[in-house]
Amino acid sequence: MLRYLVRRVVLAVPVLLGVATLVFALIHLVPGDPAQSMLGESAAPEDVERLRESLGLNDPLLTQYGTFLGGLVRGDLGRSFRYGTPVTAEIGSRLLRTLQLALAAMAVAILVAVPLGIVAAVWRGTPVDHLAMTVSLVGISMPNFWLGPLLAILFAVVLGWLPVAGTGSPAHLVLPAVTLGAALAAILARMTRASLLEELRELYVLAARARGVSRTQAILRHAFRNSLIPIVTIIGLQFGAVLTGTIITETIFAWPGVGRLLIQAINFRDYPLVQGCILFISFTYVLVNLLTDLTYGLLDPRVRLG
Amino acid sequence: MIRIGALIVFLAAAAAAAGPLVTPHDPAGQELSRRLEGPSLAHPFGLDELGRDILARIMAGARISLLVGISVVSVSSTAGMLFGSLAGYFGGRIDDAISRVMDVLMAFPGILLAIALVAVLGPSLGNVILALSVIGWVGYARLVRAQALRTREFEFVQAARALGASPARIVARHVLPSALPAVVVQATLGMAGAIIAEAALSFLGLGVQPPTPSWGTMLDAGRSHLFDAPHLTIFPGLAIALLVLGFNFLGDGLRDRVDPKTTSV
Repeated sequence: MLRYLVRRVVLAVPVLLGVATLVFALIHLVPGDPAQSMLGESAAPEDVERLRESLGLNDPLLTQYGTFLGGLVRGDLGRSFRYGTPVTAEIGSRLLRTLQLALAAMAVAILVAVPLGIVAAVWRGTPVDHLAMTVSLVGISMPNFWLGPLLAILFAVVLGWLPVAGTGSPAHLVLPAVTLGAALAAILARMTRASLLEELRELYVLAARARGVSRTQAILRHAFRNSLIPIVTIIGLQFGAVLTGTIITETIFAWPGVGRLLIQAINFRDYPLVQGCILFISFTYVLVNLLTDLTYGLLDPRVRLG
Repeated sequence: MIRIGALIVFLAAAAAAAGPLVTPHDPAGQELSRRLEGPSLAHPFGLDELGRDILARIMAGARISLLVGISVVSVSSTAGMLFGSLAGYFGGRIDDAISRVMDVLMAFPGILLAIALVAVLGPSLGNVILALSVIGWVGYARLVRAQALRTREFEFVQAARALGASPARIVARHVLPSALPAVVVQATLGMAGAIIAEAALSFLGLGVQPPTPSWGTMLDAGRSHLFDAPHLTIFPGLAIALLVLGFNFLGDGLRDRVDPKTTSV
């Protein structure tokens, strides 16, 4: 098991290095001079030169790359051009908000999708199943940048039940969490159904029924528990979609998280901050995928031995 | 399902092609005195914040969506088939190099890399297509690589090699045709992905720029008028969701036909 853990962790290092290198290369791909681009066309040449110096853009590319990687290892992502503060501090101050939104969205998705998937699997081929799967297909096809405003129109404008944007109370979290969780719920419902259907065909379920175990018990205590491994894996793997989803959801609902910070940084051409946000989101994604892999290995010995 | 999908896609293509013939309104024509007016007989989807006919703009927007979808799918499937067959057929260092690049690209969730690319290159239709193609080819390459790894071991391929067939001929005659059905399914679903991604980037202000009518920019404009003109949000979003649903139906249906073992879940 330890060998499996070490192997998976070691394999993640080159990927992280590749991600960091690509993000570094991207920022240096800016057509023209990044400093000029950040300050605007009308900026005085001496201001541009000062910014070039402070960003280290006058150094040779390799030196810049070395400085960038060194800073990354120390957790130093440079200073935000707009705020004048360390990039890590800006991300850190919004991290909890993004985490709060992502976790709430995943909770919404699990609470809705798992029962829906179970119902669809148990009553397979019935109108209940068709309805559940149609709802989930609509959920997959409905982009969150449409669902969000639609929910806002219904629950904030027409009914007046929930606030349309911002933070401050648990009610502010409801619409963003539902918007972000809907697509995951749709995928999860279909996965739960498929995974449970596989287990329901197994002989041990029939054996349990033959021993006098009730239908509900056989489904929930036996089949459902075994169908959980792929469901848990999908939840882990879909975390990336939830993370990118926060960029749009936070923008729609003015939720002060890392996703909205990224878009604001892009609009202000605050390249150090853009670079920091992208690195943060992609590193989190790689690490969550690694954790999912490791958990999967713990749950299913075939994975780590294979 | 496949028929419903095909019908939706056909209607969208017809709207894109014949839009100006169907609606009498110019998608760019402004009637400022009637801005934000709701749906009526003359303007079934209402008017936007500059008094432009929303139906005409949705039809014009279908062109942008389909243009992005077709361009992204063409570029990324061609690149994906090329790199995938190189990696799978030759293996060794070529495979290692291509696979490492794919690993890194796949370490970016969803459209994050496209957002990053457009952020540095600047928002424009061309850059959106470029950015989505850069992230899009990996899916095709993985499919074709897996198929190439399988195919190269078949006896008829080894026989072709023994008879002196060049790698290019083997890839073109044996590897790619065996991967093609899966690539077609991926391309159909890829159309849906590219259309949603373009709309998302435009919604964030990073894609197609106003006044060009894109469904994403229309939704973005609707955000400021949720209270007084919800029709600005409802209709463009409905267009995106329907077209995406159409391509998803088509892709799912094609997958079932190509591989009867995988029934849609």
